[in-house]
Order: sequence, then C-alpha cells, then structure tokens
Amino acid sequence: MRLTRTLPAAAAVAVLLAATACGSSDSGGSSSSTGLNPPDLKAQSKLGKTEGQVNLIAWAGYVEDGSNDPKVDWVSDFEKQTGCQVNSKVAASSDEMVKLMKTGQYDAVSASGDASLRLIASGDAAPVNTGLVPNYKNVFSGLKNGGWNSVDGQMYGIPHGRGANLLMYNTEKVTPAPTSWSAVFDDAAAHKGHVTAYDSPIYIADAALYLKSARPELKIKDPYALDQKQFDAAVDLLKKQSANVGEYWSDYLKEISAFKSGDSVIGTTWQVIANLTQDEGAKVKAFVPKEGSTGWSDTWMLSAKAKHPNCAYKWMDWIISPKVNAQVAEYFGEAPANTEACAETSDKSFCDTFHAADEGYWKNIAFWNTPIEQCLDGRTDVKCVPYAKWVQAWTEIKG
Amino acid sequence: MTSTAQAAGRSPVRRLAGTLHRRPRLRLSLLLTAPLLWLAVLYLGSLAVLFVSAFWTTDSFTSEVVKVWSTDNFHELFTTPVFRQVILRSIGVALAVTALCALIAFPVAFFTARIARPTWRPLLVVAILTPLWASYLVKVYAWRLILSQGGLADWMLEPFGLSGPGFGLPAAVIALTYLWLPYMILPIHTALEQLPDNLLDASADLGGRPARTFRSVVLPMVLPSVAAGSVFTFSLSLGDYITVQIVGGKTQLIGNLVYSNIELNLPMAAALGTVPVVVIVVYLLAMRRTGALSSL
Repeated sequence: MRLTRTLPAAAAVAVLLAATACGSSDSGGSSSSTGLNPPDLKAQSKLGKTEGQVNLIAWAGYVEDGSNDPKVDWVSDFEKQTGCQVNSKVAASSDEMVKLMKTGQYDAVSASGDASLRLIASGDAAPVNTGLVPNYKNVFSGLKNGGWNSVDGQMYGIPHGRGANLLMYNTEKVTPAPTSWSAVFDDAAAHKGHVTAYDSPIYIADAALYLKSARPELKIKDPYALDQKQFDAAVDLLKKQSANVGEYWSDYLKEISAFKSGDSVIGTTWQVIANLTQDEGAKVKAFVPKEGSTGWSDTWMLSAKAKHPNCAYKWMDWIISPKVNAQVAEYFGEAPANTEACAETSDKSFCDTFHAADEGYWKNIAFWNTPIEQCLDGRTDVKCVPYAKWVQAWTEIKG
Repeated sequence: MTSTAQAAGRSPVRRLAGTLHRRPRLRLSLLLTAPLLWLAVLYLGSLAVLFVSAFWTTDSFTSEVVKVWSTDNFHELFTTPVFRQVILRSIGVALAVTALCALIAFPVAFFTARIARPTWRPLLVVAILTPLWASYLVKVYAWRLILSQGGLADWMLEPFGLSGPGFGLPAAVIALTYLWLPYMILPIHTALEQLPDNLLDASADLGGRPARTFRSVVLPMVLPSVAAGSVFTFSLSLGDYITVQIVGGKTQLIGNLVYSNIELNLPMAAALGTVPVVVIVVYLLAMRRTGALSSL
C-alpha cells in the first residue's frame, strides 16, 4: 500500500524535474507542443486502504450532497459507505479545471475533452487502471478508448456521461423552425442582435462543423483538426456572426434569463438549459440540426499528484454505478455512461430522450477535443492550429 | 509577586522608554516598519511580480508558464489590433462614466449641500450612500432586468416611440455610472458645503449674475473635488469586468481580456494587467496638477 502511493509520487517528481529542465533549456519548442507524448506514468495496480477524504473538481451538478437541493444527494451515501469525506470545488470552465489540477491539491476532476488531453500531456492526469473500477465493464463502448480520454489504448479516466450542444430557438419569434446551423451563421442576420453563442474558444469548432457541410471544398474532416486555411474560414464565419450576436453566454443562468426575456432568440445550448428554460415558461425548443453537432463527453480523471488515490478510485466507481449515474445524468441532463443506469432513471424514457444507447446518434456528435499541432484527423502533410491560437482568435472574434 | 515583577520590569522598561525618548528617529522607524513592510512587500511587491511575470511565456499546449525572458507579450499588446481596440474602448468607457458622473453629481450635490434644509442634509447624504450598502452583483443584475427586452427601460420609453438601449456598451456605461455615482457626489458635496456664503454674496454685490458667479466663483473652488471624485470613478470603471459581462452584451474591456487569459496564458494576462496600472498612474499625474490629490 505504501508502495502504491510512493510510485505515483516518484513519477510526479520525475515529471516535475523534466518540466523544470524543459523550462530552463531555452529551446523554444518543447517536445510536448509537437504531439501527444504523455509522461510515462504507471497506473495503480491495486487498491489500498481509503484515506478518509477526497478532493474533487467538478462541473456544477456533478457532485451533489443535498446542500443545493435536499432531494439531490448522492454524496452522503458514498461518504457513509467508504468513509471518504468528499470536498468538491465547482469549476466554471475547462480552462479553470486545468488550472486547478495544476495546483496538485485535488485528487480527481470531471474533465471534458477540451481539457483532458492537456491534462494527459502535461502529466497532471495519471493513467487509470480500469480493473480497479468494477462498474467500468458496463460503460457504453462508444465512450471507451476515445481520442479524448485515452492514449494508445491506455484509459486516463472513467467516462461519466455525454451530451450534445443543441440549437435552441424561441418558437414564437423564429419562424419557420430552423433545421440547420445556418440559422446562426449564414442566416443569422434575420435575428440581428438576438443570436447567442457559447463563450469559449472551443465554439470555433461549431463553426467548423457547419463549414464541413456548408463548404465541402474546405475538406474539413474533424472540427478539432483545422489547418490554417480551414481555421481562417471558421474564424471569418464567426466574425460575421458576431455582428448579429446579442451576447455570448458562459453562465447557464444568464442564458436562461436571456431566452426568457427575449434578449436571445436563437443559439447554442445544452439539454439541461433547454429543460430549465421550458420549465420557467419560455417557448423554446432545442434539437440537433441536420449537420450534426459538437458535444461533450466528460471523464473522471485522476491527478498524478493525488494524495487520496484510493478514495478517488472509490469515487470513480461510485459515480458510474447504475443508480448514481442515473441520478446525476437526470439531474444534469445528459446521457449516462453506464448501460445499466437506464433501468434506474426515474423517468423511464430518459435514456431514449437523451439517446443514451443510440450509437448512431452519437456518430453525428463531434465530442470536444483539444486541438493540437499534430492534426487529430491523421493528416501528416499539414500542421493544425493549436488550442492557444484558438484562444487568441476567440478574443479577436469578440472584438 | 507583583512587586518583584515590577522591580524586575521597571529598569529595562524605563531604560527602553528613555532610549526611545532620546532618539525620535528610532521611535519613528519602529512605528513605521510594519506598515511600510506591508506597503512595500504586499502591495508594491505584488505589482512587481505582475510586471515581471508579463515577460514570461507559456507552453502553447499545456499552458504551463515557462520562465524564459521575452518581450513578446508587450510586442503583441501593441501590435495586435484587437488589444489596441479594447484598451482604447476601456479608457473611453472610463472617461464617459466619469463625465456622466460629474454631470449628474453636481446638481445633486448642490441640492444636498446648499438648497436642502440643514436638518435634512445628513439624511440626504445617508440616502446617497445607501446604494453602497447593497451588493454590487445585485445592483448589476437589477440593471440587467431593467435593460432587458420588455424591461423597465423599454416600458418607460415606449410611449415616446423609443426602446431601451438593450445590452451593449451604452448599457455598461449606464450601469457603471449608477454604481460609482456616490463616489463623485460625496467630494463635491463636501466642497460645496464648505463654500463660504459671503463669497457668493460678494459676487452678487459686484453685479455678478448667477451664471457668472457659478463660472468664476463656484466652479474654480469645486473643480479639485470633481477631479478627486473622478479618480475614483475613472479607476473603478477601468478595472471593472463583471458589469460589462452582465449587461455589456458581447463587449470586451481590459478586465475581460485579463480574465480570459488568466487561466491559459498568465504572462499575457499580466501584460494586459499592467495597462490599467500605467493608465491610472498617468491619470493621477494629470489630476495632481489640478490639486485634486490634496482634497481627497
């Protein structure tokens, strides 16, 4: 047990040394920027005694202990059963998650695909021994060994759930009903000042996804693998869109209020926001347009510097256990990761609504991924635009 | 027990007191060491760290800070059009908010300081201060509701065939003006209150009409206070990024750029963060010429 804990610690020290060495050897392009060569970390081989607590970073709604809503609580039972006290920190963005993980004070994080590769490459996330997570065998196969949560067949986390970014519109003000993303891109002028979009550099992928079918001559295969020409086309499209955007949203409460008041009438959303907006009486509808959509697939990842790895493993198993996975999926509004969770949802049609088992549906969804120089779609003749450039471009798009 | 303690304590304490009495410089330095350390280490020290980290770079993929000296960030700051645009916009917003605050605050302060009955004056000052007791976020979200589609602003302007400004730059200026107005009213109120009546009488006796009295007597005496108030409104507006996020639509100010860079590109955020510091130092130097700093 002592040994299992010192191994990752030693590995983490090695990574740190390597990182500092890289920093001081002023060679400009360090090796990590050219491709995905994660540091050689070893996954834990067996579970030891639990440490009494675990520190988590999560999206809002993923770690609920009843303090937000007494009926929504899947943490208390976990604490009772394992003796691991849960301390959770809600992060508002993938970038914040990456930053928090770098502090080394957290054991696990519910990372989306636009954070996970960065965490793997920087050695902040440790490989996960899926054999220590009994519920992993029931995870939908579409979520296993994805490009966003594994490297060369080695899983770097346990899939939590997935969802699509939908197009939401006000059914009274937007007629006829849109069928395509063109409603927020080429035809956005029809709702000038009332279009909304997700305020994050990763939204550039939404434009790329639209261009993939709207301008086939660009030959976009993967919206997260854009060469300079494809990237510029997406950025141009977004700059044109910006003239029609009323506001960008990152806070989901802000989007709900904007759709309720009519300040926004059309734009991207998540299923959970659409549900809440409808609950508040707004006339809105959300759907996946004919081009398909971008989406997210979240993975619980283990910190390479975890001080409570055994409790973290217990948590990863708990959160995808059929009952809890059903609870969290229903509360957050996403498709669960565990195939058996569908039998445990309170709304029996939940898994159908969210297409949990519909792999055909997910084929149309391009899950968030971290763009890197080495093109993710396998092209080797060009360099792709890395995420840092996406961030700069996003600032310029907003102007 | 007490007497022995006193006997033991008396001589060293007395000697210390004597030494301190004879050496005023030592006394002063002992008194000031702690606050000066606070100022130098925590306050100026953090500014220095900010400035130094602006010269570092980040690994483009892992966004880890790489401590290699380079001036790329500042180069980028001055050559990238979007940064220049946002910096100018932020300064413009700060100036607009300051001008609006001064315009609104002057009549209000004139009323509270000179026209209202003396017994009412303290109450009016309290009334001006009450918005400061409410949370900043509550006030800004209130403005979001007022300015939203079909909100209070739309409803009030509808009879005139107009509509509210909606979310955007004007909305941000309005909300910021509302937020910082008390900081402008208070110094003007104080200055107007201290304005001697006999100066106004003398101006009238010499044949000065109210407009002339205002221009030649009141304004020159109150101007330093307006400048003092403007230091608050200007610097608070320049650093704000939350108001503009809530009511500014898609508008970006310097603060928003710092916020969006802080997680992925800390050095760039630091470089952006030095801009308001420099702007405010320039502004303070300009204000010093008006004598505003002595009436703060």
